[in-house]
Amino acid sequence: MSATVLNCGYVPLVDCAPLVIAKELGFAAEEGLVLNLIMQPSWSALRDMLALGHLDAAHILSPMPVAMSMGLGGLPARIDTLMVLSVNGTIFGVSNTVAETLSGVPFGDPAALLAALTRNGPRPLRVGVPFHHSMHRLLLSYWTATVPGLVVEEITIPPPRMADAVADGFVDAFWVGEPWGSVAVQQNVGRIMMTGADVWNFAPEKVLAARHDWVEQNGDTTRRLMRAVYQAAAWLDVPKNRTLAVEILARSEHLSMSPDLIDPALSGQITPGRGVAPKPVDRFVQFHKHAASFPWRSQAAWIANQLGAGEAGLAKAKSCFRSDLYRQNLEGIGADMPGASEKVEGALKFETAVSSTRGHMILAPDAFFDGRTFDFPLPDC
Amino acid sequence: MNRDLRILIVEPDPDRVHGIITALTDAGWSDVRALAQISALGRIVQEFVPDIVLIDLANPDRDTLEHISFATETSKRAVALFVDQTDETLTQAALNAGVSAYVVDGLQMDRIKSVLETAIARFKVMRHMQSELDAAKQALEDRKTIDRAKGILMRQRSISEDDAYTLLRKTAMRQNRKVIDVAHALVTASDLLS
Repeated sequence: MSATVLNCGYVPLVDCAPLVIAKELGFAAEEGLVLNLIMQPSWSALRDMLALGHLDAAHILSPMPVAMSMGLGGLPARIDTLMVLSVNGTIFGVSNTVAETLSGVPFGDPAALLAALTRNGPRPLRVGVPFHHSMHRLLLSYWTATVPGLVVEEITIPPPRMADAVADGFVDAFWVGEPWGSVAVQQNVGRIMMTGADVWNFAPEKVLAARHDWVEQNGDTTRRLMRAVYQAAAWLDVPKNRTLAVEILARSEHLSMSPDLIDPALSGQITPGRGVAPKPVDRFVQFHKHAASFPWRSQAAWIANQLGAGEAGLAKAKSCFRSDLYRQNLEGIGADMPGASEKVEGALKFETAVSSTRGHMILAPDAFFDGRTFDFPLPDC
Repeated sequence: MNRDLRILIVEPDPDRVHGIITALTDAGWSDVRALAQISALGRIVQEFVPDIVLIDLANPDRDTLEHISFATETSKRAVALFVDQTDETLTQAALNAGVSAYVVDGLQMDRIKSVLETAIARFKVMRHMQSELDAAKQALEDRKTIDRAKGILMRQRSISEDDAYTLLRKTAMRQNRKVIDVAHALVTASDLLS
């Protein structure tokens, strides 16, 4: 049997690791797949190529399939989220100038940071984000909307240029995925104040997506792709594999980055500023454990809710996070499945054991910094 | 045909801008503006109010452009050309040529079609020239690396230039690699050891 070639789009960020590992360590080959990883210069380009059929599958920002399925943005299309590729993995930082006004604000304290920024920060606070329909932007809006006094101007900047934008004074703050936060620190232009997980403990960051029609027509290939990526994600979450993972990612032609830029994200050792000791961050980026790759329909609903969806939009969003396919395609390889496909987002303050098919599932905290919870009890679709 | 459309081109390379503008003006459109720096985009879009924005598909600034065109609070809303997938051939031609276009919602497809066809033709030529240029540059780079590798072998093993090249070529054949890859490995190793 000849292998099936799949064109997979990605943007060179640390969290495209599951795709690179699936290819480089042969998880894809075991499933009879050749992953043709195609780097994309922007999220818009990735979206166009996926929607117009030049890519079969893609590493994409979790809000994008939801937005596209809801008909928002430059190119609406029916896109399915097959599984979550990574949870968390972003940072919020400020320029050195702004950092001077924030003395005494501890690392990873969103409430204190918000208060200090409202009191001393520039008005408006110009924040660089990678894309409008990104978890970065949604978390930024969610976080800053809790104080009426803070005026935020959102500016879209390609991540590789974020450090320069901070250095040039084009933005006061930035919300970006690794390694670009560490790059800003390394270049001594900014300071990391917290991670995305401080605002939402368990935020789906990147997902594996494909066109709805393609998924319908390529059931078997979809299953093999999901299995390969699942295995790669599981491998990535084994602590002893970390050094090797960093090495493989750094050497791979797919991410031209030095190991010391990839390591902070995978090790969860984030250096907030030049000359400051690294801070250990639990679950800085999670690929597999705690059902990280499970596409919870309630996560899609939270995203849609932030995008201003009504009931119809919420239903559409939920149906594009394919927890049904996840169950169907990964059951056979021993994946532990949660009993439900929706949860009350924000309800877990601690690690919690939940009912699952194999009975070993512990979910990680998924609380929001302000303690709110989100329940979207629409009929499951 | 109505030629009074306002066209904005986002492109950092002055030569390419010149080429596109010439192509468009030759075809009868005169209200064309170009923008190299995306930082001024928000202001330009508000002042100039373009009907169509043309940008290289691969330009990383596209995300910024999308954000600005969707966030501006006007009744007019820019949409990516590909939304109108009625003309499949045109969409594919644009993709292949590497041009993406944002069109203000409500413009008739037949009004922009000729603009796009002109742009596609121009982008095709530019893409072709670029790949030729890239190939030439790469060839020159490879040449330099191979020359350095030959130099290292000549010094280390006291052999002639021809013998050095034969040695590189044979090693490459034996290992089923390209000569340039072997040369690269040698140069890197030598840099590390020196």
